[in-house]
Amino acid sequence: MAKGILKVKAKSSGGNTSVKMMAKHVMESGQRKDAKTGELIPALFLQTLIVKLADKVVFEANLGPAVSKNPYFAFSFEGGASGDEMTMDWIESTGKTGTETAAIK
Amino acid sequence: MSINRRTVVKAIATGGALIGASVLMPKIAFAAWSKDAFQAKEQTAAMNALFDSATPEESAEVTLKAPDIAENGAVVPVTVVSTLSGVESMSIFIEGNPSPLAAEFIIPAGTKADVSTRVRMGKSTKVTAVVKANGKLYSAAKEVKVTIGGCGG
Repeated sequence: MAKGILKVKAKSSGGNTSVKMMAKHVMESGQRKDAKTGELIPALFLQTLIVKLADKVVFEANLGPAVSKNPYFAFSFEGGASGDEMTMDWIESTGKTGTETAAIK
Repeated sequence: MSINRRTVVKAIATGGALIGASVLMPKIAFAAWSKDAFQAKEQTAAMNALFDSATPEESAEVTLKAPDIAENGAVVPVTVVSTLSGVESMSIFIEGNPSPLAAEFIIPAGTKADVSTRVRMGKSTKVTAVVKANGKLYSAAKEVKVTIGGCGG
C-alpha cells in the first residue's frame, strides 16, 4: 500500500471545518501515448475518495481521469473541532485502496 | 454455446463471487462509482448514466467558477457553489473531453455545497456543473478556452 498520498489541511472555526486536500497521484488518463512505443499508457487514477469524521461521511468524490494530476479538493462542512481526526478512504482505478487520517487544526 | 446446467451453475457461482466481493468492501458499494457514466464518450450519455436524465434546468442558484482562458488545460481550477437547499451531489462535465464526466461530488447533509477542484481539459469547450438537489437537476455552464490541451497528445 502506498503510504500517505494525501496532504490534508483542515481548519475548524466557528463550528465549521474547512478542508483543503491534495492527493499525490499521477492520475494517468489512459489517453497519453508512450513516446517510445507509441502505445497508450493505461489509465491509472483515483476513483473514489471518502472523507469521514467520527464515522459520518462528510465528503465523497467519484473521480474520472479528467481530474488533474495530484488532485486537489476544497470543501467545508458543519461540525468538527480542533483535534478531531478525519478518516480518508481512497480507491484507485486498479482496485487498490488506502485509508489515511488527518487531524483538524 | 448451448446453455446447459453446468454453464448456468458456473454463471451463478461467478456472479455470487462478485456480489460477495462487494459485500466484503461496503465502502466501495456505498461509493458506487458509476462506470457507465465515467466511461461515456458523450455528455448526454454520461448524464443519462449518472442521473437517468440529461436535461438539467439552468439555475442561477448554481455557480460555476472557472477561468475564461485556461493557459494550461492539464490544470483548470473549477469551483461549484450552490445556494440551493437539499443538495445531494454536484458533478462536473467537460463537453469536449474524451469522457465528459470529470467528477461527481456527493454532498451529505451538513456539508456545504461549495467544492473546488482542478480538472483536465483536452480543448476549448463548455464546462457544465450539474447540481442534484431534492431529486431535481440544476446546472450552470461556462465556456473555457484552453491554450494548451491537457489530455496528452
